[in-house]
Amino acid sequence: MSDHRFTLAPRQLAAAAGLGLFAIAAPAAGQTRAQAFINARIIPVSGAPIEKGTLIVKGGQIVAVGAAVQVPADAERHDLAGKTIMPGLVDTHSHIGGGSGGDASAPIQPDVRILDSFDARSSSVRRAQAGGVTTVNVMPGSGHLLSGQTLYLKARRGNTIDDLTITLPDGRLAGGIKMANGTNSIRAAGGPFPGTRSKSAALVREQFLKAQQYRDKVRKAGDDAATLPPRDLAMEALVDVLEGRRTVHFHTHRHDDIVTVIRLSQEFGFKPVLQHVSEAWKVADEIAKAGLPCSIILVDAPGGKLETMDIDFKNGAALEKAGVLTGFHTDDSITDSRFFLRAGGLAVRAGMSRDKALYALTMAGARMLGLESRVGSLEAGKDADFIVLSGDPLSVYTRVEQTWVDGARVFDLSNPDDKLYAVGGYGAARGEMLHTEIDEERE
Amino acid sequence: MRRLTGTMTCRATRTRLRTMVAAAMCAAAASAMPAHAQVAVRAETVYTMAGAPLKDAVVLIGSGGKIERVGPAAQVTVPGNYRTLQAKVATPGLIDAHSVVGLAGYLNQPHDQMQLDLSAAIQPELRAIDAYNARDVLVDWLRTHGVTTLHTGHAPGALISGQTMIVKTRGDEVADNVIVPTAAVACTLGSAGLAQQGKSPGNRSKAIAMLRAELLKAKEYVAKSAGPADKRPERDLRQDALGKVLAREWPLLVTANRSTDILAALRVAKEFDVRIILDGAAESYLLVDQIKAAGIPVIVHPTMWRPNGDSENLSMETAATLRKAGIPVALQSGYETYVPKTRVVLWEAAIAAARGLTFEQALATVTIDAAKILGIDKRVGSLEAGKDGDVALFDGDPFEYSSHVTAVVIDGRIVGEGARD
Repeated sequence: MSDHRFTLAPRQLAAAAGLGLFAIAAPAAGQTRAQAFINARIIPVSGAPIEKGTLIVKGGQIVAVGAAVQVPADAERHDLAGKTIMPGLVDTHSHIGGGSGGDASAPIQPDVRILDSFDARSSSVRRAQAGGVTTVNVMPGSGHLLSGQTLYLKARRGNTIDDLTITLPDGRLAGGIKMANGTNSIRAAGGPFPGTRSKSAALVREQFLKAQQYRDKVRKAGDDAATLPPRDLAMEALVDVLEGRRTVHFHTHRHDDIVTVIRLSQEFGFKPVLQHVSEAWKVADEIAKAGLPCSIILVDAPGGKLETMDIDFKNGAALEKAGVLTGFHTDDSITDSRFFLRAGGLAVRAGMSRDKALYALTMAGARMLGLESRVGSLEAGKDADFIVLSGDPLSVYTRVEQTWVDGARVFDLSNPDDKLYAVGGYGAARGEMLHTEIDEERE
Repeated sequence: MRRLTGTMTCRATRTRLRTMVAAAMCAAAASAMPAHAQVAVRAETVYTMAGAPLKDAVVLIGSGGKIERVGPAAQVTVPGNYRTLQAKVATPGLIDAHSVVGLAGYLNQPHDQMQLDLSAAIQPELRAIDAYNARDVLVDWLRTHGVTTLHTGHAPGALISGQTMIVKTRGDEVADNVIVPTAAVACTLGSAGLAQQGKSPGNRSKAIAMLRAELLKAKEYVAKSAGPADKRPERDLRQDALGKVLAREWPLLVTANRSTDILAALRVAKEFDVRIILDGAAESYLLVDQIKAAGIPVIVHPTMWRPNGDSENLSMETAATLRKAGIPVALQSGYETYVPKTRVVLWEAAIAAARGLTFEQALATVTIDAAKILGIDKRVGSLEAGKDGDVALFDGDPFEYSSHVTAVVIDGRIVGEGARD
């Protein structure tokens, strides 16, 4: 499928490419000199831990990682004896940045982008950096069947959203689509929103059918401008989903809602990431059979809403056993980005293996976002996104001491200004919007 | 209404019990056990919270449900008829110094949300005991994570939202387990205590004016009630309750997070000579000297609380800052309105332990120090002869995620056994 209509118009392409160049060039510019991180325990995730390892970074990328790595003579050395290095964390579902999605006018709004309302200067970005999050899927809320386009961001230091975006090889900005089923998107009768689960599914199917028809018209028109349908921003985004260029992140809790997502995805041939999946442990085999990945959340108690009555810490273990690709998310501010590592600790508590829990915090998320060639593990050639920890990643006593993105340090616990965002204090979250303002408690 | 609540919750309980791996023993099963079994807890480390931790030690709990003896295993002989529970670590049963569990139910549906009535701004007559649901799933949840004593009741969210109570986390009905039927009167200053839709209080100054006026009214009521029989006022539940506050019998539990609200609380406490406990207190680190001078204890917000609104300046180090200054400090699970519906105070203390408090100081915020602030330290909060037989058993460091509560003992009754996720 080489139709440009479904990728980007030439002008957009040029703009996106420009941003991409800037984003890649910025951190690299100041770092022509190699940096060597030595004597740390390195958990590459892609392989076994290295007890006294060396990590070499240059130009924003990992040059080498291992036990017997030669440190270049001109490299800046960071002796991290006693510390642990692991890949930067990948949060597959977050609401940092105070962005918004669709409004109350319709339940399905694929044309709306979080890009257009994300505040890169929000303190929530600083807190995510303090938590070791280096890649994050920032989403609109779940109060819609489809609330808009998500963005995959790097937690770089930036003034504007353009400093945080990830540009794909084809020039597009990396991001997905947020969808939801269950009760969050069900609203009172009389408006455009569905009143039942069946109606929810019917509305979604109707839109995907329309998108198929739109795609077919565009395909048929080819280069014939006369028969080309007028551009439709919503349809273009849905066609991206149908064509596999944009991943659906599907908020779903109850076992029957999970199965409904599987049914819809099979009918229209898209591969969603199942998000939250509170009752995944009830249908783990069905999820495995459908081959869909799960991004789960671990909260401190069940309940709070009917659909999360049966949420369980054992979700991670159950999905691991079933062979499902499993990642974690914060759903910040449902859980705070600064405690993202806790997800791994709590999952292991309930039977998930340590290795899979560490994988779930990093590489699994990278795969779900289609960024596994760039982030998620410490391997030569990948982006230099990593965190320095005071100890074991899954211990409650461990602190994130440093966070590096694209070879640049974006968080340093020993810097009082950074520490403010790590532990809080006066001004740490000034003006931070209430979570409820994002989407009326519909996460 | 009450019956409906019970029915719904029981159904939920059954669903969870059916589906959960480990033994979250329901309250009904617990009470069916033999009353006051004689129990010995033997652990590799016993944190008594009344002195240095003991290695390989035993806690003996007699048939009255009280601790008989605590000491090194080499010095304590366990009688043959005692059941011995083994653990890596034993601590006093944990105390959650401020919660809404039992009133703010697990389902979060209107029929199980009893923590706030917003028909009036000031309702100190609302008793927690009249709404506490001992069978709520979240009571089980807290107990299976080591919490044996709960200070719970009306939530922050109205100028005076009602009373709080202290309860053990076992038993089927409130009467089975209440320790202190009224522990405090809950007062909220700041934006959370304001009324909506044009009602008063509409701002902070108005809230304090209303609070002062109400306390003045109660003062008159108390004075008249003590006067000649023919001049005594008709009995008034609201004034009765505030009279107890004025008599320093009940403290005001003042939820205040902004420094201005904390200062207002201190001002009112001084004017009316009432006892207060500060709750939340996000910006208390700005007012250490004033709080210390006033001799007021603080139940600090959950360490992992979300920073926004009045609490946007909260710090995870506040418990440590206050403690260092000599201010009595406890931690709490707080009031959650959505997901998760409650926090677990053990984990809030764990995070505090990694943010300025030592292990034992953090443990004290959920045991002995919480007991002292709540005025129940003669009964709970440490493992000492004569105190209630409340023990939490762990298979490792209580704060580590990888550790589990392996058993819970309340008043000498084993109310849960088997590792819990």
